Amino acid sequence: MTSATLTSGATLGSQRVSEDVRYYEDAIRLFVIAATFWGVVGFLAGTFIALQLAFPALNLGLEWTSFGRLRPVHTSAVIFAFGGNVLFATSLYSVQRTCRQFLFGGEGLTKFIFWNYNIFIVLAALSYVLGYTQGKEYAEPEWILDLHLTVIWVLYAIQFAGTVMTRRESHIYVANWFFLAFILTVAILHLGNNMNVPVSWTGMKSYPFVSGVQSAMVQWWYGHNAVGFFLTAGFLGIMYYFVPKRAERPVYSYRLSIVHFWTLIFLYIWAGPHHLHYTSLPDWAQTLGMTFSVMLWMPSWGGMINGIMTLSGAWDKLRTDPVLRFLVSSVAFYGMSTFEGPLMSVKPVNALSHYTDWTVGHVHSGALGWVAFISFGALYFLVPVLWKRSQLYSLRLVSYHFWTATVGIVLYITAMWVSGIMQGLMWRAYDNLGFLQYSFVETVAAMHPFYVIRAMGGVLFVIGSLIMVYNLWRTAKGDVRIEKPYASTPHKAAVGAA
Amino acid sequence: MDLDAITVMLRSFWTVWLMVLLTGILVYAMWPGNRRTFDHASQIPLKDDGQEF
Repeated sequence: MTSATLTSGATLGSQRVSEDVRYYEDAIRLFVIAATFWGVVGFLAGTFIALQLAFPALNLGLEWTSFGRLRPVHTSAVIFAFGGNVLFATSLYSVQRTCRQFLFGGEGLTKFIFWNYNIFIVLAALSYVLGYTQGKEYAEPEWILDLHLTVIWVLYAIQFAGTVMTRRESHIYVANWFFLAFILTVAILHLGNNMNVPVSWTGMKSYPFVSGVQSAMVQWWYGHNAVGFFLTAGFLGIMYYFVPKRAERPVYSYRLSIVHFWTLIFLYIWAGPHHLHYTSLPDWAQTLGMTFSVMLWMPSWGGMINGIMTLSGAWDKLRTDPVLRFLVSSVAFYGMSTFEGPLMSVKPVNALSHYTDWTVGHVHSGALGWVAFISFGALYFLVPVLWKRSQLYSLRLVSYHFWTATVGIVLYITAMWVSGIMQGLMWRAYDNLGFLQYSFVETVAAMHPFYVIRAMGGVLFVIGSLIMVYNLWRTAKGDVRIEKPYASTPHKAAVGAA
Repeated sequence: MDLDAITVMLRSFWTVWLMVLLTGILVYAMWPGNRRTFDHASQIPLKDDGQEF
């Protein structure tokens, strides 16, 4: 421990702060445990429904286990349960350190948020299985659960913003801007897309306030900004804290991070209409959505360059530190999927890709490659720190996890590219008499091999996550695996020697 | 001119307002005098937080 402090003290010169702040960590540990648990549950659910698509008998002939009910269980488990708990853990961990202040409202408030959020997750999942849904993608929970979530979210906003407002550091670090934008925008999105009128005070059923194409537009304003602010801005907050922290160097360009933040915030909010190309949404709105989506490419890649170039001059750490490899590869995947996204939002491309598996592949290159990988990196960083261990149980196991999961992602997204483009081409194929060449079921039969490959990718991703669970559990216990250490890791070697 | 008319007129310039705002942010980010502030800010996560293990 002493040598670790000395090492960082030496690289940072006279930047040590003298005041001794006790940060809250008990509740952060709870969020880390929940995130790890829900991650495995969500990946298992996803793999199971992928197998259902390949082998429909797995629907088991029961309404509760049918694809239509289990699919929102998967999406909610990975986005809100896994991603949400990761965001709570990382944001509440880093805001204390970047503000040099303990959490506003006390740790009791954090625990209240933790238990209520996770109870909300369980209730939401149960309600889907029992058939209660608003029928809106990523906004499935019915009105009573929405009200519960609203209370939780407002308390989270108060705790986070309160900590920022009572900070002892004069500047608000860029990671906190991203977290603040994420919290504020998700609050507005949640309220905007859940303006529902319950049928009765005692029943679950409700109807949306707006109808028709307006309802569709509100839904995709919500849906795309859930991607933009929950899965992007929030996780960029993780990038701006944990990549510099793990690489032990400041972010490549702080100026770029300011431009990155404001341009991303300005542009993302307009991109939603690209989900409604060639529908009854007015043409100008579709073109607007497409234009802003294409413009989004620039801030996205600005952010990617900022994250990856943080390693400039220390590229060898990618070879010797698998945790950093997770963090940096996630940013590379972010770059890939934020290039693919604008491409797919262009109307002629969308005419081929929309409603096909290509979209599913695109979402997963972002979800598995960007969101999950940066989350894994953050969890591997957090567990030794939060459980006061000098190091992870095994860096080699982190590397096995990395390669297993990477091969899983490659299988997943390549299968979906081929399957999706084939599906799109088959749908639009005409014979020489002007009839559609293929029936729908023929396209489904043609996709079967790719469904199997995709499911295999999912299995690999689950195996990787189980390796992580084992590694994190042994780390928390304080065990250290006897293994060949990575060569030339000065900073890790120093920590290990302590 | 009533308030509605003024609102409509101002709204039609929203591209201009956004460009002005964006230019302002770019100037702020690139302003040479802000360099020290930003250099300091980029070091915030690296400061010793007394929690190293």
